Amino acid sequence: MRVLVTGASGMLGRAVADTLAARGDTVTVLQRRPSGVPYREVLGDVADPAAVSEAVAGQDAVVHLAAKVDVVGPWEDYRRTNIDGTRTLVEAARAGSVTRFVQVSSPSVAHAGSSLAGVGAGPADPERARGNYARSKAAAELIALGTDGDELTVTAVRPHLVWGPGDTQLIGRILERARSGRLPVLGRGTSLVDTTYVTNAADAIVAALDRADVARGQALVVTNGEPRPIGELIADICRAGGAPPPRLRIPARLAWAAGAAVEGAMAVSASVPGLPEITEPPLTRFLAEQLSTAHWFDQRHTREVLDWTPAVSLDEGLRILAAAHSADG
Amino acid sequence: MTTGAPSTDLPGLDPAWSRSVEAPDAEGVTRTWHLLDNGPLLEAAGTPVEHTLLCVHGNPTWSYLWRRVLASAPPGWRVVAVDHLGMGWSERTEAPRTLAQRVEDLSRLTDTLGLDGPVATLAHDWGGPISLGWALAHRERLTHVALTNTAVHQPEGSPWPAAIAAVRTPPLLDLVCRRTTGFVQAATATVRPALPAPVRQAFAAPYSTTARREAIGDFVEDIPTTPAHPSFDELDRIARGLETLADIPVLMVWGMRDPVFSGRYLADLQRRLPHADVHAYADASHLVLEDRPEGVAVIWDWLTTSQTLVADAPAPVVPIRVDTTAPDDTAIVELGGAGGEITFGALDRRVEGLARSLHARGVRAGQRVALLVRPGIDLTSVLYAVWRLGAVAVVADAGLGLRRLGAALRSAAPQHVVGFPAARAIVVAAQVPGQWIRLGEGDVAALIAEGAAHDVPAHDLVSPTAALDQDGAVLFTSGATGPPKGVVYTRRQVGAQVALLRDTFGFRPGARFVAAFAPFALYGPALGMASAVPDMDVTAPDTLTAGALADAVAAVDATAVFASPAALDNVVATADQLSPDRLEQLRRPRLILSAGAPVPLDLLRRLRELLPGAATHTPYGMTEALPVATLDPLTLDAADPADRDRGVCVGAPLTGVTVRVAALRPDGSTADDLTSDAGVTGEIVVRAPHVKDRYDRLWATQRASARPAGWHRTGDVGHLDDRGRLWVEGRLAHVLTTPDGPLPPYAVEQAIESVPGVRRAALVGVGPVGTQQVVAVVVPQGARPDRHLARQDTSVPPDIARQVRAAAGVPVAAVLRRDWLPVDIRHAAKVDRTELARWATTLLHGRDAAREAYQHHPKAPSRRSR
Repeated sequence: MRVLVTGASGMLGRAVADTLAARGDTVTVLQRRPSGVPYREVLGDVADPAAVSEAVAGQDAVVHLAAKVDVVGPWEDYRRTNIDGTRTLVEAARAGSVTRFVQVSSPSVAHAGSSLAGVGAGPADPERARGNYARSKAAAELIALGTDGDELTVTAVRPHLVWGPGDTQLIGRILERARSGRLPVLGRGTSLVDTTYVTNAADAIVAALDRADVARGQALVVTNGEPRPIGELIADICRAGGAPPPRLRIPARLAWAAGAAVEGAMAVSASVPGLPEITEPPLTRFLAEQLSTAHWFDQRHTREVLDWTPAVSLDEGLRILAAAHSADG
Repeated sequence: MTTGAPSTDLPGLDPAWSRSVEAPDAEGVTRTWHLLDNGPLLEAAGTPVEHTLLCVHGNPTWSYLWRRVLASAPPGWRVVAVDHLGMGWSERTEAPRTLAQRVEDLSRLTDTLGLDGPVATLAHDWGGPISLGWALAHRERLTHVALTNTAVHQPEGSPWPAAIAAVRTPPLLDLVCRRTTGFVQAATATVRPALPAPVRQAFAAPYSTTARREAIGDFVEDIPTTPAHPSFDELDRIARGLETLADIPVLMVWGMRDPVFSGRYLADLQRRLPHADVHAYADASHLVLEDRPEGVAVIWDWLTTSQTLVADAPAPVVPIRVDTTAPDDTAIVELGGAGGEITFGALDRRVEGLARSLHARGVRAGQRVALLVRPGIDLTSVLYAVWRLGAVAVVADAGLGLRRLGAALRSAAPQHVVGFPAARAIVVAAQVPGQWIRLGEGDVAALIAEGAAHDVPAHDLVSPTAALDQDGAVLFTSGATGPPKGVVYTRRQVGAQVALLRDTFGFRPGARFVAAFAPFALYGPALGMASAVPDMDVTAPDTLTAGALADAVAAVDATAVFASPAALDNVVATADQLSPDRLEQLRRPRLILSAGAPVPLDLLRRLRELLPGAATHTPYGMTEALPVATLDPLTLDAADPADRDRGVCVGAPLTGVTVRVAALRPDGSTADDLTSDAGVTGEIVVRAPHVKDRYDRLWATQRASARPAGWHRTGDVGHLDDRGRLWVEGRLAHVLTTPDGPLPPYAVEQAIESVPGVRRAALVGVGPVGTQQVVAVVVPQGARPDRHLARQDTSVPPDIARQVRAAAGVPVAAVLRRDWLPVDIRHAAKVDRTELARWATTLLHGRDAAREAYQHHPKAPSRRSR
């Protein structure tokens, strides 16, 4: 199978490309800048129809991971990359020889901040989703799934909190803050949160390609199915990464208010010329919610549809993380 | 003539049911009736009618009351719900109608409708007498009678309900019933949870004007309070006629919080229809089917099923009377308080004397006598006296908690309450009905003296071997997983339980035991066994000290000890204060029996060091069936894999007891059919001669528990092993439903308790059924039971969490620490895992999620584990 993978410079995209290549698929990647991956690279932006056409040409399948994932930024950036990019890509896929399309999405597209315990995927909701990232990804998922048809099957896969060695997003930030003593535990740190080890997410995405006949048209949340109290999880990650576990505790409600204040300050700093721009906030409302409310999902349907189970447990993942860290250090 | 029709958008009402029918009234005048009737729909669908249910509403409602009955009618059932003349949407009549006229009106209507097939009746309030009048006149086609909050007679000696008495004064009646919508509004205001406004408006819809409300006042005026009343004779005729319905199945579904038709009207109807099935909702009011819509399903279930029982072979029965073969031997010794001692002969005479005096006070066969007497000579004497008269002993203990004790007694509706003086306050506060008979210090002698001159006719004394299938006792479940339920045993079942205890443990006349656990101790005199009641607060089992136990052993040279697990726990805890003399006493008993809750193995081992001569039996059973099996857990071989199966081994079923399993389904429910296959985990289902007869006034609960008929679903889960032994794995209500399947808690908890530093563990599930995550709650060594919950640190050191997860053998999402677990009041041993799950959900999912998930789980009373 010839497969185009977008966003392969990220941790998960790279894992998907490697998994496909390892089993003999021919992988092409679409990148804005050369990334040094050992696959055929087409350079360009996902919202650029010309670059996308070139990348899609001759492909059997597309796995679309490229997205703006930052926690803050102007809406326009999210709209262009996440919404326009997805539309451009599915249109090119439908026009070409592609028969299977996997849209990599996020559980946050369907939920608005409250505690999530054992819920299913639920439909994407751009109106209620919180924050620019979730709202734009919700709209993108609806566009992708709306294209599902007999000629081109579309499946949305929503991995939740993907992590692994080399992760600059979740793990990187946690460790960086833990080392600088800026990592608080919110509330009692007992909110039950599930995560996804990177190769498990990659396997699930590949399974969504293979099981397109039964998975098509659906959105499937993917996790390790091993929720943990957030405090324990962060402490485990810190230990694996060689950073001190957090000590500071902030009540969840206060943290939420602080997150809102920080976002406000960032908006001000970005819009007032002369003020230094804040790009790396200590805490946002989105993150405060993620870390202070339960987030775990009913995995029974996903596992049945994809005929997939996570190969790497949370504990094994942490061991791999620890090994990678000591090799680096 | 004012009629009308219901609007087509009333909640729950299918407009297609609504129809008008012309029929002659009692005087032959043609009247227009409004009915709800699914007959036309059945006819249009070509469904033949096999059975008709005739529903008769009361005052001031209308056939709307039965909308759910119509909506859930099973195939082949036609439901006809009438609006009385002058009521609902039926024609308004010129003059008030009497009860006799209304009975005849209804008969003329059913003639017109051609209801000539089998008919069942269902009625509410003053519709009750009318429907019963109709039933008596149509015996040839009557198949069932169902009643909800109604009456046919004002019970002797009790005043009219204040609500009725007040409204009966003419000016008030006119104001409340006719000139205003006061009564109409009040009728639907008592429903809890409150009815939605559109439903209340639907009930009031036909009564919008004074003219339309005329018959509401007429109905109230038609209540015959004196023999001169025009409807008195008819009501009396109907009430007397009920005894002719002995061969007709009768169901009464009752809301016990009815300010008008309270429990005593139910009792009056039960007396007239003793064969009736009853389902009473303790918290429902007058419109019982509005308070508890599930009552409609109960009625349909009752109407459409018949249970046929395959009779068991007759089982041995020990007659419940004092064994007087050795009249001069000591029967009971009391070590607490002033102390006391009585021989078998004296006890028997005391029983006879008390029976005579209770008879003089009006106690008769079949009546219920609540006993609020501390275990000892007095309780035993009164209990045997009650049985001597063929009356039914209602036994509730303080272990239920005082509030639930009162509610339990009220629900049993005793005719008499025999109690020690301090119990009077409980009885009054809980509004327990019945004659109060005081039994304080010295009162027994006074009572016996009072009855000495009273002659009891021979036919009022019931032989211990007679009337075996009459009710003998009402006990109460501790309600660890719900409100306390009355459990009724027949005299045969009580006798069978005693016989089983005798045969299982080899009890013989002359044997002697310490009675620190009341239930079994009461049977001592019937078996010719002497008992010693230790110096302890019997309502708080953990007050039994090792010293008090040693003294009780010495008092009768006891060969056996009956004590609850909590009592034994305290015995072990206080053993170091024992003098060598008392230690020596403890070497004598050959048997320790501990029932009521699981007994930790470690406790048994330490007990065995203290009482080295005794086998430590832990009979397994429940209020509804005790015992089911027994075992000395210390005989299990830790090296034998067969003895290390999952859960707690309780031994092989006893002689005459059959144990089967109803397999667990993935969602935590259980299969309908039973299996005896080894290794299958499911609900434990038992059948035995001493299993309860029924739950008291809880027909639907009884039916759910007796599946198949004749069996008892215990609410415990477990499995049989290939040696035929039973292993208990937890409560059905506490089974976790994980994505990997249902998971009973005990086996995993035991594995976790093997982790060093963990004193106790409880396993609960959080999240939706079928995808629950496993949470291990651990109490560490050195926990502080006095610490307030909010101040407890819930975190567990990483290495302990790791060991707990490794030991559990199943994926564990969270390990949470607590200083104590919530346990039941009676035994201080059953962990309330539902409450723990609520607590864990609050921590792991947040307060809102916990409130939503557990909104239908009221908190059970509990105390802290030690």
